[in-house]
Amino acid sequence: MIDATGMPQTAVVIGGSSQIARDTLLLLADRRLRSVVLAGRGGAALEATAVELRARGVEEVMTRYLDVTDTDRLDAFAKATTCELDTIDLLLVAAGDLGTSEIDALDAKTVSRTVVTNFAGPAAAIAAFLGTLRAQGAGRIVILSSVAGVRVRKANFVYGAAKAGIDGFALGLADALVGTGVEVTVVRPGFVRTKMTSGLKPAPFTVESSAVAEAIVEGLETRAPVIWVPPVFRAVFALVRLFPRALWRKIPG
Amino acid sequence: MRAPARTELLAGWGRVPASASRVLRPGSVAELEDLLTHRDGSRPVIARGLGRSYGDAAQCAGGVALDCSGLNKILELDVTKPQVRAEAGVSLDELLRVLVPKGLFPPVTPGTRFVTLGGAIASDIHGKNHHLDGTIGRHLDYLRVATPGGPVECGPGQRSEVFSATCGGMGLTGIVTEAVLRLLRIETSSMLVDTERAADLDACMARLSEDEGRYRYSVAWVDGLSGGRHLGRSVLTRANHAFLAELPAKARHDPLRLELRKPLGVPAAPPISLLGPATVAAFNELWYRRAPRHRAGELVPLARFFYPLDGVAGWNLLYGPRGFTQYQFVVPLGEEATVRLVLERLSRARTASFLAVLKRFGAQGSGHLSFPRMGWTLALDVPLGSGGTAALLDGLDELVVSAGGRVYLSKDGRLRPEMMAAMYPRLVDWLEVRTRLDPEGVLSSDLARRLGLDGLRRFAAANVQA
Repeated sequence: MIDATGMPQTAVVIGGSSQIARDTLLLLADRRLRSVVLAGRGGAALEATAVELRARGVEEVMTRYLDVTDTDRLDAFAKATTCELDTIDLLLVAAGDLGTSEIDALDAKTVSRTVVTNFAGPAAAIAAFLGTLRAQGAGRIVILSSVAGVRVRKANFVYGAAKAGIDGFALGLADALVGTGVEVTVVRPGFVRTKMTSGLKPAPFTVESSAVAEAIVEGLETRAPVIWVPPVFRAVFALVRLFPRALWRKIPG
Repeated sequence: MRAPARTELLAGWGRVPASASRVLRPGSVAELEDLLTHRDGSRPVIARGLGRSYGDAAQCAGGVALDCSGLNKILELDVTKPQVRAEAGVSLDELLRVLVPKGLFPPVTPGTRFVTLGGAIASDIHGKNHHLDGTIGRHLDYLRVATPGGPVECGPGQRSEVFSATCGGMGLTGIVTEAVLRLLRIETSSMLVDTERAADLDACMARLSEDEGRYRYSVAWVDGLSGGRHLGRSVLTRANHAFLAELPAKARHDPLRLELRKPLGVPAAPPISLLGPATVAAFNELWYRRAPRHRAGELVPLARFFYPLDGVAGWNLLYGPRGFTQYQFVVPLGEEATVRLVLERLSRARTASFLAVLKRFGAQGSGHLSFPRMGWTLALDVPLGSGGTAALLDGLDELVVSAGGRVYLSKDGRLRPEMMAAMYPRLVDWLEVRTRLDPEGVLSSDLARRLGLDGLRRFAAANVQA
C-alpha cells in the first residue's frame, strides 16, 4: 500500500530500461519498495536495474519484455502483471523516444513511430491498467511528459507534439479519476542527460536523470499533480507560452 | 435487508492516505455477523467507527468498510457493580451522556469523545491515567467478536488468547460487536486540576516522575517547536475527579451536571495548511506564557479537561489537504535521551507541531499488539506533504526501535513493515491467533496490507527479523 507519505511498496514500470525510471526506483528502494515489475524492450538494461534493485533490498523484481507500440498485447500484459503483484501502488510510465523531427527525414513511418512510442503506446498501456487500479481503490500513476510538449518547438516538434498528447491525456485522466483513490502525476523535465539525449547539445537548465528521480520522489511525498524539473521551468514556461510564434521559431537547436 | 453499498474515498483523521472502499452500514449485530460469514465475493473487510484513528487502519482499498456507527445500543447499565454492556458502535460521547449523570465514568478515555467503543478496544486505547489504570483492555469483562467463522465470545478469563489478540488487534482478529466495560464511580463532573510550567524537558520529566500516585490523570503539553535551552518547555496538567465536598457550596446541588457543547465547525476546508511553523510557534508561545507558573486546585468541567480539541469539529482540516500524521512512540524508562533526541530533531526540522503530549506510562497490558508499555510516550502532530518528512520520520523510527520502543499503530500511516516484529515482540502470538480466527484473510485494512499483518508471507519475514 501507499503510505501517508506517498511512498509505494509495489511498482510496475513501463519503459523499465529508462534511466530516469531506474534512478527513481533506486530511491524508492531505499524507502518502501518491495516488489517491482520492470517492463521494456531493452533486456540488458532491465536486468541490470533488476540486479541493482535486489542489491538494495527489493524482495521481488520481475523483468518482462514489453513493446508499448505493440498495443494489442497490452491488455494481456496488464492482466498478467495484476496477478503477479497483490496491488499496484505505482504505475510509472517512462517509455519514450526522441525519434526524429528533421524535416528531410520525416515520413509516415518515422512520425507514426514517434507518436506511438511517446503517446499512443503509453496512453494505451495506462488504459490497460485502469481496470485494476480502479478496482483496487488506490494507486498512483506517474507519467513522464516533457517541457517539449508544453510549447512545441521546431527542433523536436514530432516528439514534442506526442508529449503534448500524453501530457493532456494525463491531466484529463487525473480529473476523471478524482474520487477513485487513484491519483495521477505528470512529470515535465527539461533537457535530461540520459542515453536518449546522448549526442545532443545540452540546452539551458540541463539536469541529470538523478535530479528528475529526486523530483519524482519528492512529488510523490508532496502529492504534486505536476512536477517541473528543474522547478524554475514552471515560471519559464508560463512566459514561453506567451512568446509570439515568429520569435519562438527562431529559438535555435 | 441489506443496505446498498456505496464506494467512498476514506481516510483517517490525518486525511492521508486516502483510498476507495465500498461502505456498508449494517443495521444490527446479526446483520454484521451474517455479512462476515456469508460474504459475496472475495473482497476483504474492515470495521470502521468514527474514523478517528489517524492513518489507514479503518479503510480497505478495493474492499469493504463496515460502518459500525449504527450499532450503538446501550444494552444494560448495572449501577451496582458498576458496569455497562453495550454494542461496540456506541460512541464515548453517547456513553458519557448516560453515565456521568449517574455518577459513573469510563475507566479510560482518550483525548476525544468521538470514538466508538469498538474502535477504542481495537486500538486498546489509553488515557491520561495509564500510569495507574492501564489501557481499556484492563477494564473489559466480556467481548463478542464477529469473525468469518462466526461470532466468538471472549474475556480475560475466557478464550483469553482471543481476548488478548483482539484488544489492540486493529480489527484484524474480528469485529467487536458487544462489550462489557467496568466503570469508575465519580461524585462530580468536575476535575480538580493542578497546572504548572516546566522550563525544559528534564524538569518536566522529573515532575512527572514525582508524586505519580497523587494524581489519577497526569500529562504534560510540550512546545514541540522551541529548541535549545527551551527544548521541552512544557505545561503539566494533573488532576483528580473532584469530590462533592471539594465543590463550592452553590455547585453542590447539581454536581454531576454534564455540559457537552456541540462543537463549532471549521467553516470550510482551507486549500492550504493554516498551521505552518510561524502560526504554530506564535500559538505555542502564547499558550506557554498564558499558563500559570503554578496553580493548584482549579475546578474544571471534565469535558474541558479531557476533550479540549473536541470544541472545534474538523480541526484536522486546518492542516490542509496534504494531511498530517501523529507521531506517537513509547520508549522504556531510562531512555529519556531518546525522547530528547526526537524532540530535538523535530524542532530543528521546524516541523510544526501544535503541541506535543508527554506522558509516563505504567505497566504493559495483555494485548498482543497493545501500544503502551512502561516508559515515556510522546505524541506530536507532524504535517505531511513537504519533501523530507518521510525520511525524517523513518529516522525517528530507527531511534525508537533501538531504544526498545514502538510506534502507536492507531496514529500511524507510514511505518515500514520491517519495524513491526522489533517493535511488537508479541506479533508472533498475535499472528497465530489471527490465522486461526481468520485463516483466509477476510479481515484486512490498508494498514494491515502496508505492515504485512494480513498474510502469511510477511509473517515469515517477521520471524526471520525477530
